[in-house]
Amino acid sequence: MLDGKVALVTGASRGIGRAIALELARQGAKVAVNYAGSEQKAQDVVDEIQQAGSEAIKIQANVSSEEEVKSMIKQVVEQFGSIDILVNNAGITRDNLLMRMKEEEFDQVIDTNLKGVFLTTKAAARPMMKQKGGKIVNIASVVGVSGNAGQANYVAAKSGVIGLTKTSAKEFASRNIIVNAVAPGFIETDMTDELRDDQRESMQNMIPLARLGTGEDIAKVVRFLASDDANYITGQTIHVDGGMVM
Amino acid sequence: MADVLERVKGIVKERLDVDESKITMEASFKDDLEADSLDVVELVMELEDEFDMEISDEDAEKIETVGDAVNYINSNQ
Repeated sequence: MLDGKVALVTGASRGIGRAIALELARQGAKVAVNYAGSEQKAQDVVDEIQQAGSEAIKIQANVSSEEEVKSMIKQVVEQFGSIDILVNNAGITRDNLLMRMKEEEFDQVIDTNLKGVFLTTKAAARPMMKQKGGKIVNIASVVGVSGNAGQANYVAAKSGVIGLTKTSAKEFASRNIIVNAVAPGFIETDMTDELRDDQRESMQNMIPLARLGTGEDIAKVVRFLASDDANYITGQTIHVDGGMVM
Repeated sequence: MADVLERVKGIVKERLDVDESKITMEASFKDDLEADSLDVVELVMELEDEFDMEISDEDAEKIETVGDAVNYINSNQ
């Protein structure tokens, strides 16, 4: 499905990003695994992809730094010759009630989760414009649509990502660069592993399909949007949340 | 100087698909050569590759005519 394509997945050492990197590789893509701090985990993803017979490299970069992002894109193009697919997945949380949220907690989340998408899109669009096409998939969140108490920073960033997705789609459409977003709901990750049973149960009660999602649930939709099967879809946000936010 | 102009002309001609006679030093990319904003961004990218230089976003915004591009390249190479 993605044979010979080159993909960069940001924040790919863990969780949803990891599942996306592995899925794109399974479909034949060469994958650049970006990470900020978890070098060993990024190496594990690279090893897993290589053992399965595909190509992968890991690249350390903080997506909120323009300099680091530019150098990351350069490395991908130098190593693999192009960049066909960009998945903006890197994200952090600093949850707090709005009245308790510190300015730095707000800024950190906006910098990584929103500005990071802008910077990486800008840098990757350059080679994509030259090669006359590309696919960008931004990982938003359904809370960017519904709102969520305790996550003012995260929700603002994810809403921003949805708007950025629409604007990038409009600006780049004439250059055959397709931009869409995937909005996950509650997904099984390190974060949800820590929930108590009663918390988990109350979450499940909010989900019509009555289960938490998996990284693979997200990765399969990303894989579709990154493929040529999605050539007539741009600027959209696909909810992958078991029906939680409609 | 002439060499830079000729190389710029070549890139502009290919990228914008316009008649070479229209590509003068005074020609504005947007007004005279029918480029849209994104065309100009791409042109600047190609000039960077052709002349092996980096043009900052700030400087790139000031490049409106063929002459602006030629002068910028001449004074920054």
